[in-house]
Amino acid sequence: MEERQIVIIGGGPAGLSAAVAAKNAGADDILIIERDERLGGILNQCIHNGFGLHTFKEELTGPEYAKRYINQVIDFGIDYLLNTMVVDIDDKRQVTYMNREEGLVTIKADAVILAMGCRERPRGALNIPGYRPAGIYTAGTAQRLVNMEGYMPGRKVVILGSGDIGLIMARRMTLEGAEVKVVAEIMPFSGGLKRNIVQCLDDFDIPLKLNHTVVDIRGRERVEGVTIAEVDENRKPIPGTEEDYDCDTLLLSVGLIPENELSEKIGVPLDPVTHGPIVNETFETKVSGVFACGNVLHVHDLVDFVSEEAAKAGENAVAFVKANYYEPNRQQIDILAGEGVGYTVPQTIAQNIDEPLKVRFRVRGIYQGKAVSVYFDNERIQHKKKRIIAPGQMEEVLIKPEELNAHASIKQIKVVIEDA
Amino acid sequence: MKEEKTITCIGCPMGCQVTAVLEDGKVTEVTGNTCAIGDRYARKEVICPMRVVTSTVRVKGGNLPVVSVKTNGDIPKKQIAECMRQIRDIELTAPIVAGDVIVKHIVGTDTNVIATKDIQAV
Repeated sequence: MEERQIVIIGGGPAGLSAAVAAKNAGADDILIIERDERLGGILNQCIHNGFGLHTFKEELTGPEYAKRYINQVIDFGIDYLLNTMVVDIDDKRQVTYMNREEGLVTIKADAVILAMGCRERPRGALNIPGYRPAGIYTAGTAQRLVNMEGYMPGRKVVILGSGDIGLIMARRMTLEGAEVKVVAEIMPFSGGLKRNIVQCLDDFDIPLKLNHTVVDIRGRERVEGVTIAEVDENRKPIPGTEEDYDCDTLLLSVGLIPENELSEKIGVPLDPVTHGPIVNETFETKVSGVFACGNVLHVHDLVDFVSEEAAKAGENAVAFVKANYYEPNRQQIDILAGEGVGYTVPQTIAQNIDEPLKVRFRVRGIYQGKAVSVYFDNERIQHKKKRIIAPGQMEEVLIKPEELNAHASIKQIKVVIEDA
Repeated sequence: MKEEKTITCIGCPMGCQVTAVLEDGKVTEVTGNTCAIGDRYARKEVICPMRVVTSTVRVKGGNLPVVSVKTNGDIPKKQIAECMRQIRDIELTAPIVAGDVIVKHIVGTDTNVIATKDIQAV
């Protein structure tokens, strides 16, 4: 069986950054496996700008951001396979992939980095009555059709969900001559960035209806219209508030789910909130030598943070390969999501740290004038007032090595939102 | 002449409704903002809002039928529609390299429309 040092599953922003960082950290045998016909992942279809402000201090489009990393992968001579699907990985890090040239192949990896990204929540996951006509797309599928394949999915559009991809597609479809009639959002707030609400909706006078959802889809062969209704505080439609919209297309921007079928085959335990693997401070999952980064770990709003986390995963995978195995040098600490916090990544700390550790998290609701606090067991270590924190924007706290060293025997760290 | 314009600040998730008072085309007062970012944003946005435009242009003989493009700087918001009209009917021939200039001085600005992706000839 062929043996490779580091095998990376997925050639999107996470996989590319992990590969480049692993190379820089001294790995000389890296393989990226990508199922699409090109590297870059979803960045290839994100033709709008705003990527890279943190990483490169300039605003790039998705394809430009991807190219910066693809160029490094090529310059470094890092191996990659395209049009290749990984079908199985086991807990001994044996990776089975399939493609037209080689058929089914199993290779052994010293370390595996999971970077498969996420997929969109489809219509089937929503309980919308009606037939199954043509004209219903997830926003990301529509984005690929318009931006890469040159097709317009429709002319009169209603969008359900105000996540960033839905907002971006409202603008994109409008620029291409479609009429976007309304964006309906079931929550009382949008999960999208303010910048996207202003520049993708307000700029084109597209209404955003908060506390509204689609209750009916009309049309048998092709979408002919949808009905939108206001919802109450339990997100149940309020009778009598229905409004009909004639349209030929319904775009869904209703959430992203990490794509972890492979992780489950390995036996990696998943976090019930992120739907991604539970990882420690090195981005290692509960299975030795298997690391995870990017949107397969938790869904990000900024690609810059994906690249940053993935680079750490890549470096740590190299450290793992070089040491072959490391003995835990401290008792494991669990990092818990306390009051107001949905989840944290990482979820555990396995080793003493020698540089500040970023713990990223999302909050459950919108909080104004509250504080983010960090507790080591029952002792409050950090307390920082925030003007506003919202679920749509990932937050972080920094755990410093000296803080951990001063509390050698703690069992848990908790991040909470509390009164300032 | 005195007029008021209210806009949503994009500086952070607060999304303050910021009102700017304009007298003879000059901003004399900004209210509703809760920090300096809102003040700065409103003063620029109400006088001449500028946007980067990103879109696609058709390509013949390439590995993809369209190439992604952008204006390599801001153009006035009110000229976005005209910009789209100017690039709509263009058809390029592969190969194309990211950075290639597709339209010079789009809508009479100093800004060019450039490719943001490589397209290989097939």
